[in-house]
Order: sequence, then C-alpha cells, then structure tokens
Amino acid sequence: MGGVLRKLGALAINGVWRLGFITRFFWMILLYSGQSFTRLHLTIRELYFSGVMSLLIILVSGLFVGLVLGLQGYETLQRYGASDSLGTLVALSLVRELGPVVAGLLFASRAGSAVTAEIGLMKVTEQLKAMDMMAVSPIARVVAPRFWGGVISMPLLAALFSAMGVFGGWLIGVVAIGVDDGAFWAQMQAAVDFRYDVINGVIKSCVFGVAVALIAVFEGYDCVPTAEGVSRAITRTVVSSALAILALDFVMTSFMFRG
Amino acid sequence: MSRTTLDLWVGVFVAMGIAALFFLAIKVGSVSGSDIKSPYTLTARFDNIGGLKVRAPVKVAGVLVGRVSEIRYDNERFQAEVVFTVDGRYKFPTDTFANILTSGLLGEQYLGLDPGGEEKVLAPGDVIKKTQSAVVLEKLISQFMFSKAAEGETAPAK
Repeated sequence: MGGVLRKLGALAINGVWRLGFITRFFWMILLYSGQSFTRLHLTIRELYFSGVMSLLIILVSGLFVGLVLGLQGYETLQRYGASDSLGTLVALSLVRELGPVVAGLLFASRAGSAVTAEIGLMKVTEQLKAMDMMAVSPIARVVAPRFWGGVISMPLLAALFSAMGVFGGWLIGVVAIGVDDGAFWAQMQAAVDFRYDVINGVIKSCVFGVAVALIAVFEGYDCVPTAEGVSRAITRTVVSSALAILALDFVMTSFMFRG
Repeated sequence: MSRTTLDLWVGVFVAMGIAALFFLAIKVGSVSGSDIKSPYTLTARFDNIGGLKVRAPVKVAGVLVGRVSEIRYDNERFQAEVVFTVDGRYKFPTDTFANILTSGLLGEQYLGLDPGGEEKVLAPGDVIKKTQSAVVLEKLISQFMFSKAAEGETAPAK
C-alpha cells in the first residue's frame, strides 16, 4: 500500500516538476527570441525544414480528407435530399475542426519528431554544452529558431490543409457525383462566416503550433543523452503533442462554438 | 542548399499559406458583419419566437439587411424581446411588420420585415409594434385536430 502511494506521489511530483520546467523553458525561449531574430536566417532555415518539407504530406492528406468527406457527406445528405449542402458540411468540418487538428497531428509527427531528434542528438554529442562553453546560448542559437519555425508554419499548413480539403470535396461532389456547382459554393458561403469560423480555426492552429513546437523543442532539450533516451524523447513528443492537440481542441471548441 | 534557394522556397511556402487563407476567407466563407455599415438597432416584441437565435438573419423582401443581436424575456409584458442590428443604408416605415419566418421546410428561422406605407421612418432604438409570432408546429397541428373534431360534431356520422 505504501509503495503504491509512494509511486503515485512520485508521479505527481514529477508531473508538476516537468510542468514547471516546461513553463520556465517557454519563458527562456521568449526571452532569447529577440537575440535569435537578429540572425533571422536561422529561423528561415527552420521554416524550410518544418514548413516547406511538410507541404507534401499536408497537401496530399488534405486532399484525401476532403475526398472522403465529400463521399461520406454526400452518402448521408442525399438520404435527406440535402446534397446541395455538401459544400457547407465539407467546409465547416474542415475549417473548424479537421484542418487545424489533423494538420497539427501530421505536423507533430512530421516536423515535431524531427526537431526533437535533432536537438536530442545535439545533446548526446555534447554540441549544446560546447555552445555554452563558447558563450553562445544554445536556446538562442538552436531552440528559439526551431520553436518559431514551428509556430509560424503551423497556421499556414492548417490553412493549406483546409483549402486543399475543400478542393477535394468539390472534386468529389461537383466533378465526380454532379452536385450543382453554384449551390455547392453558394450554400458554403452562406454558412461559413469569416470571423466566426475561419478566424477561430486560425486561432486554433496557432495555439496548436505553439503547443507542438514547445513540446518538440522541450523533449529534445530535456532528453536523457543516450541513444535510447533520444528515441524515447521522440516517442514522447508525438504522443504528448497528439494528446495536447486533442485536449486543447476540445477546450477551445467549447469556448468558441457555442449556440 | 544555398541560402537564396532556401529563401525562395520559404517565400513560396508563406505565399501559398497566405493564398490559402485568402481562399478560405473569400471563396469558402463570406466576410459578413463588416458589410453591415453604420448599423443601428431596432427592437420587436413577440409572443413566441420559436427557434429564433442570436445572429439569425434579418431580411426584407428576401434581402439580408441585418442580424439579430440579442434575445431576452421581458418580465413585465411577458413577451420575448428581440433586438436586431440593421444596416444604416436601409430605412423602414414606422408601420413595418415583423414576422418570424422559416427558410424552407426545415431551414433556420429568420426575422422577416414587411415595410408599411407610413412616411416617417423608424429611428435607431425604436420598437416595432406590429409583430407576428413564430408558427409552432404543435399548435398548428392541435388547431387542425380541433377544427377536424368540431367538423365531426356538426356533421354527424352517416
């Protein structure tokens, strides 16, 4: 009994400790951001690795999600004779939920894991310590550019995902099945509000961007400097990012889309 | 990879992302709210608002002129009070009639205004006096049933 309680206590203390550490780490990143922005090409390089390199997977998955939404949505809507609102269904589900969430999950596994691996390996080979010895702050030189690269890429990728998904829904609905083109777009435009739906989706993707980028750089920086430690850190990045995205999504949806 | 090609790719990426946002804003969504210029509010009281919701459209002759901004219950009159915002470009006579209508058979409910023939127009904050409540399906059916039953009494079964 005592052993179980002790384990529970250790678990709780460890959780609180990590939460405090990640908050301080976040604060440090923000502090050193100014310093790292003076060498902007570092951030642009990370924008390339986490943004441009994720383009392919984001665009292709967006297209396929849109195609599936088009097929399944049409299948259900035509039972009620409402196949004209296919555009509404596809656009609202993508812009509000699927765009930010699925793009965030893909981004975490494509770019977040890579960032963790890179920083983790730098720690294993003691590059971070070497930088510290040369009075170069590893947070300004390594961590902050990767963080901002992720934060900037995420909303852009989510917007591309949603746009691609709407295009996919249009391909299936209008081109393949034959829903009326005018009704598809007109009903969509009548139902999707820029401020209420699109902006809230963008806010969501920005929050996910901060969460994923912070978790990725933190797990890399915090990893146990062994081969096994790096691999565990990568796994933790993907798992905690996915959980964080889904939990934050629920919280934000319950605040944003009421009544 | 040289820095110029890297910059080029990042530029392409950012441009694509912004283009996607514009696509979502203009082609997928409609920038509503901002197209209501110099808005003013009017109020209408109803016995029953049915399923009318905040942000429901306000239409005149089928044209969208504003949105419902607030719905509350008046404790003294025992009526629902609907406050709505109308585009400042549009004016309505003082004897305008306010109805709660449904778009399509199962569509959303909206506030329909029928302008009257008065010379004077409603000023901001005015109350529309002539209103017609939402049609509640249960009441409609019960009226129909009662009238059918009444018919049965007057014309005895053969």
